[in-house]
Amino acid sequence: MTAPASPTKVRGETILAVDHLVKHFPIRQGVLFQRQVGAVKAVDGVSFELRRGETLGVVGESGCGKSTLARLLMRLESPTAGRATLEGRDLFKASGAELRRLRRNMQMVMQDPYTSLNPRMTVGDIIGEPFEIHPDAAPKGSRQRRVRELLDLVGLNPEHINRYPHQFSGGQRQRIGIARALALRPEIIVCDEPVSALDVSIQAQVINLLEKLQDELGLSYVFIAHDLSVVRHISDRVAVMYLGKIVEIGTEDEIYERATHPYTQALLSAVPVPDPDARDQRGMIRLTGDVPSPADPPSGCNFRTRCWKAQEVCAIQEPHAVPRAADPHPSACHFAELRPTPT
Amino acid sequence: MSQSAVRPTPASPTPEGGHLLDLRDLHIEFRTGEGVARVINGVSYHLDPGETLAVLGESGSGKSVTAQAIMGILDTPPAVIRSGQILFQGRDLLKLPEEQRRQVRGKEIAMIFQDALSALNPVFPVGWQIGETLRQREGMSKADARRRVVELMDLVRIPAAANRLGDYPHQFSGGMRQRVMIAMALAMNPKVLIADEPTTALDVTVQAQIMDLLADLRRDLQMAMILITHDLGVVAGVADRIAVMYAGRIVEHADVHSLYRAPAHPYTKGLLESIPRLDVRGQELATIRGLPPNLMRIPSGCPFHPRCPYAQQVCVDVVPHDLVLGDGRTSACHFAQEVRDDSAR
Repeated sequence: MTAPASPTKVRGETILAVDHLVKHFPIRQGVLFQRQVGAVKAVDGVSFELRRGETLGVVGESGCGKSTLARLLMRLESPTAGRATLEGRDLFKASGAELRRLRRNMQMVMQDPYTSLNPRMTVGDIIGEPFEIHPDAAPKGSRQRRVRELLDLVGLNPEHINRYPHQFSGGQRQRIGIARALALRPEIIVCDEPVSALDVSIQAQVINLLEKLQDELGLSYVFIAHDLSVVRHISDRVAVMYLGKIVEIGTEDEIYERATHPYTQALLSAVPVPDPDARDQRGMIRLTGDVPSPADPPSGCNFRTRCWKAQEVCAIQEPHAVPRAADPHPSACHFAELRPTPT
Repeated sequence: MSQSAVRPTPASPTPEGGHLLDLRDLHIEFRTGEGVARVINGVSYHLDPGETLAVLGESGSGKSVTAQAIMGILDTPPAVIRSGQILFQGRDLLKLPEEQRRQVRGKEIAMIFQDALSALNPVFPVGWQIGETLRQREGMSKADARRRVVELMDLVRIPAAANRLGDYPHQFSGGMRQRVMIAMALAMNPKVLIADEPTTALDVTVQAQIMDLLADLRRDLQMAMILITHDLGVVAGVADRIAVMYAGRIVEHADVHSLYRAPAHPYTKGLLESIPRLDVRGQELATIRGLPPNLMRIPSGCPFHPRCPYAQQVCVDVVPHDLVLGDGRTSACHFAQEVRDDSAR
């Protein structure tokens, strides 16, 4: 049934390349004659590559632009500038049949399993709906069978095909959302906070399911979440976002063990560790203040208003995410350095 | 920060060896059109002056309903308090007439909620809202109340407090709104602060700021705190003792160090194993199979038995009583010793 990616497709090759993606939402004023008075810089020059079979985690606090990034990738928003290349084709220039084909290859799992499923449709209709738009994905006669296969694949009872979403729990609904995303046999799945609405004991079940599916189907994930522990668990590489920009990107180990950007270091030290014996032993970095408004980000380095290392240069010159002397993974800080190990 | 803002309450106003707050065998059910949901099934816990008790549980475990019963803000109907006592300084709150209950609510026991935006009134300035109780209940003049509001806002570290009295809730960030709520709760110098998921809606860096603030306030003001949360990480950072709830019961009760080191109830053990850890790398996450029970049809015997790897026939037949394990630890499991020994390994 769900055949793994064909052998010609090499694990590790770049499948999606995003280049300086920008999304500004205009702020308008006036009732009749609206004029633009500013812009919310939700995504402001984001570049990364997604490789076949890997999970790229995207972390950041609310308002950092991670969900807008997901919506851009799904073409639910059109970008202000920038490119994204999927299988060598420009995602944002494609239209008509080509766009439909590209979209088939990239699907999304949403955060809220309660509002992302239509309460008036049966589970079978929800999971089978993609076949209405892409009739060639499954011939009409075999759709029912394919939906049952998908239910089985995500660990739900295929007999429940005629039930409605309200008859399922939160975790089961998220499985329905995953089955719908898998219906067209995509290679990439964009997961936007897929487990943050779930209880702890259910969250682990869904994370394990996502990992199992990745192994079996050779999927690539863009995994967006605010929970750093979950992201570390599931990701091969991690991008840290702050105010619309990627401030640091690297392998799971580079980000979690050898972070050189002060924001990443502060973010990591703020995560509560479920171990009371460890609570006083870590050197905590406490950021003051809140994230500035993306409508009016600080000059130079976005993070300088909350950074304890900020110097004059940080207000003048924007640091780029390039390899740094302290560690060879890209970090957008003039003073990138490893954190001294807490003693 | 102005220390005079709130007088430290004397450490032990508790009568003859009793607890500051003592819940005894509380039973609450919700009567709905579809049937009776048994939401709280015999909850007992206590709180002493100056300590922090964490009540941990997943959605539907009854942790918030218990807190609402203590505050006397449960909607009755549909909720019905079947039996039990809530003793505050020796007096049973459930027996007090509403007029006296009001004297306790806010003044002796205050509460902060998860969602500060919906708990604040959007059409009044925050200064006015924080001062409302002072004017209404302490009979303070407008000018006095205003001075005290500025003190309270300083206390919760809202920058430039005097200039922000006239701002409305939407002009504050999420973290600052939560501080406004805390200032409001502290206005009457409560002896007990109930914090119901105070940081769940906040980002991790802001969460850390708020948890630090709560810990400092509790120490400086000698308040006792009940922290209601689902987050095992947050609990580990601040709590003295933990009560773990499942299906309206407390299944395990222990001091925070021994609980994390060796949980003695299979549910607690499962929870601790199922969270991904920042500091520990593992392969597959352990899971708790199945789902939390429907409170209208709680399983017989031990309510956790359908999901429990330790379950035997006795668990289906007999409701386990709290097994005392020493050091004030209890676990409502027939195999508590075994579970704890397994965990300690």
